[in-house]
Amino acid sequence: MSDLNTFRTEARAWLEANCPESMRVPIRSFEDIYNGGRNPEMSHPDQKVWCDRMAERGWTVPEWPKAYGGGGLNKEEAKVLREEMARIGARPALDSFGISMLGPALLKFGNEEQKLEHLPPIVRGEIRWCQGYSEPNAGSDLASLATRAEDKGDHYIVNGQKIWTSYANKADWIFCLVRTDNTGSKHEGISFVLFDMATPGVTTRPIKLISGSSPFCETFFDDVPVLKKNLVGEEGKGWTIAKYLLTHEREMISSFGAAGGKKTLGQRAAENMGTDASGRLRAGTLRSVIAQYQLDTLAFAATMEKVTAEAKAGQGLGPASSIFKYYGTELNKRRNELLLSVEGESALGWSGEEYNEGEIARAWLRSKGNSIEGGTSEVQLNIVAKRVLGLPDA
Amino acid sequence: MTLVLNEEEIMLRDSAAGFLTETANVEAFRKHRDNPPTAGFDKALWGSIAEMGWCGIAIDEAHGGLGYGFTGLGLIIEQMGKNLTVSPFNSTVLMASTAIAQFGTEAQKQEWLPKIAAGDVVMSLAIQEGSHFDLDSLSTSVSMQGDGFALKVEKRQVLDAISADAFVVVAKDASGYQAFIVTADQVSVRNQSMVDALSSGTVVIDTRLTAEAQMDADSLNNGGLERALDMMNIGLAAELLGVSTEAFELTVGYLRERKQFGKVIGSFQGLQHRAADLFAELELCKAIVLKGLRAVDAGEDLSGLASAVKAKLAQISQRATNEGIQMHGGIGMTDEYNIGFFIKRARVLEHTLGDFHYHLDRYAVQGGF
Ligand SMILES: Cc1cc2nc3c(=O)[nH]c(=O)nc-3n(C[C@H](O)[C@H](O)[C@H](O)COP(=O)(O)OP(=O)(O)OC[C@H]3O[C@@H](n4cnc5c(N)ncnc54)[C@H](O)[C@@H]3O)c2cc1C
Repeated sequence: MSDLNTFRTEARAWLEANCPESMRVPIRSFEDIYNGGRNPEMSHPDQKVWCDRMAERGWTVPEWPKAYGGGGLNKEEAKVLREEMARIGARPALDSFGISMLGPALLKFGNEEQKLEHLPPIVRGEIRWCQGYSEPNAGSDLASLATRAEDKGDHYIVNGQKIWTSYANKADWIFCLVRTDNTGSKHEGISFVLFDMATPGVTTRPIKLISGSSPFCETFFDDVPVLKKNLVGEEGKGWTIAKYLLTHEREMISSFGAAGGKKTLGQRAAENMGTDASGRLRAGTLRSVIAQYQLDTLAFAATMEKVTAEAKAGQGLGPASSIFKYYGTELNKRRNELLLSVEGESALGWSGEEYNEGEIARAWLRSKGNSIEGGTSEVQLNIVAKRVLGLPDA
Repeated sequence: MTLVLNEEEIMLRDSAAGFLTETANVEAFRKHRDNPPTAGFDKALWGSIAEMGWCGIAIDEAHGGLGYGFTGLGLIIEQMGKNLTVSPFNSTVLMASTAIAQFGTEAQKQEWLPKIAAGDVVMSLAIQEGSHFDLDSLSTSVSMQGDGFALKVEKRQVLDAISADAFVVVAKDASGYQAFIVTADQVSVRNQSMVDALSSGTVVIDTRLTAEAQMDADSLNNGGLERALDMMNIGLAAELLGVSTEAFELTVGYLRERKQFGKVIGSFQGLQHRAADLFAELELCKAIVLKGLRAVDAGEDLSGLASAVKAKLAQISQRATNEGIQMHGGIGMTDEYNIGFFIKRARVLEHTLGDFHYHLDRYAVQGGF
């Protein structure tokens, strides 16, 4: 206990001394999230300063082992660090697919050489990763992917096309599912490979979204050489890694549901639309819908807390964990839909002096993708029905 | 009147559908979005719309219209919703002309309605002040000045504000609602585009008006304003119906085509039942919109019904467009596919003159609870 107190005192002092004032402001937009990479995009120069200082201590990924550049903190210490960051309103210094997706997969399935090569640059925000999973004909049915990797002795030659690759045009490396064998069932013969997006034969084409931005790409591979040392795990056994990584992705996406500003929707509504003498939101129907949303959010947060506590107590992940992605993203969509009701006309503004670049509208449109990316809500429900409830196929 | 279209109405609907899908369709909308004309709308298209008599379809013959009725107007608006047609039809024909017909003075009707019917002017309704439409919270902004009025107010979400030649401005003073016809040279406009790429500005009014600008305060305060707004909301619901049915049809089309797991996705029961349920809801929407339109033409009391119609269409248009994106999967999120246009238009239409929650509440109040 006293160790933890010492850690808290030290962490507090260090954060006070090192976190720039400008990084103690809430994240307002996607541009405020620092992703690192060879050509980092910054909405403020302090983003890189803050990331570099945190990375020095491994605190961009506090729980990863020190050997790979991480902070080497145990769960309790990491929690203290989060609390201390929250106390001064410090932003996460770095947020990336490397941290949330590839890292955990490499820690579990990568060999020592791969861990040493790839994890430290992720911690330091030097290499930005993108995810090459989906293809035009392999979305929900991911295992039917067709991108081919041909064995050429010490390397593969990769040909095919990926789609919806988020930030492929900004990423430095890709973790990619390819087919190394066509003969068995569709889940076999898939391999998990890593390669540099600067390799000859890789091209990307941005896809514009309904929210106006273009974080997605079509990604084309034309005779791309990939060294075999960049095959993670066994050849043809990539599906296991893909699935493991998807659970991390889904966890990350479902946590969007818990996001939100300091003020609850109900409080924002009261400020915007007024209350009656007894403090009730004047818009009666909206009041009950917001209350329902808030109560589901509370219950969702409690479920997260319960599952985490059970895991800590060694009880293993209960069936509740399978519903996180589904429930969290549906909640987040409800929240964004309600924001339109709460903010009214100004929420639907897009451009013009009165509108702040249509922030609310863009976030609302983006939220529609939460129940599609990383496996759609329907796919999550199918998984629950089959694997948890044991219901048969039609 | 029965809830079935007569032959003439079917012809009108079909010819509107034919014309709009040819010339003012979703691709035309996309072009408009990417390259909005400085006039704010396509004048040639507006000319054709006027030539077909649509602008005067609900205006009585004594004021230069066809006197055909509100149902006809609704049928046209529904087709415009299906095609995402861009024109000042809602602002001028659905809103301003309805307002003038309901609470304009005879002189104002004589002056403006024939011009609207002929497509010679663009007009709009300036009523909302805060971020939400709320008739009860209009601020007091009118004062007598000699034999005229001083009017000082900012109005928001005024459709086509930048293109309008004149505005019907609804304000409030100690005695109740007041309305005026104010010309464009008497106001300043801050233009902006909404999420659906259509323009909707803030109109700043700080001007003196002559007595002739004043609209008929008696009819305004004796149910005329509410009736006019009810009619407009029924019209907006007709457009929401078009938007929703088209979003639904695009989606069902996709369910028939897209293959995953070696089958068309439309063969998955999880999607089938939702599509079928939505189909049922849309059938209800068709009926209730037609009921609203017919009630206007029959001169029936609209209180209760209009808000019911708007609330139902607000709710189902949300469902239809949200399901549209979800069932399209990733491509539903892309700008290249048209489904995204429908979700954007649906929400702006919903929020014009009161959203789902506003109308559901009002429906309850009008029902006595
Ligand atoms: C915002 C966003 C970011 C993304 N980022 C990435 C990325 O970085 N890298 C990457 O590789 N991919 C990415 N994706 C792609 C994403 O993983 C796919 O969009 C997703 O898996 C769905 O595939 P699809 O788009 O082909 O939809 P489809 O599989 O064609 O699905 C269409 C509809 O059919 C439904 N459906 C399909 N099968 C069934 C079934 N068996 N039962 C019931 N319903 C079914 C779906 O749920 C959906 O509603 C991203 C997508 C989004 C929206």
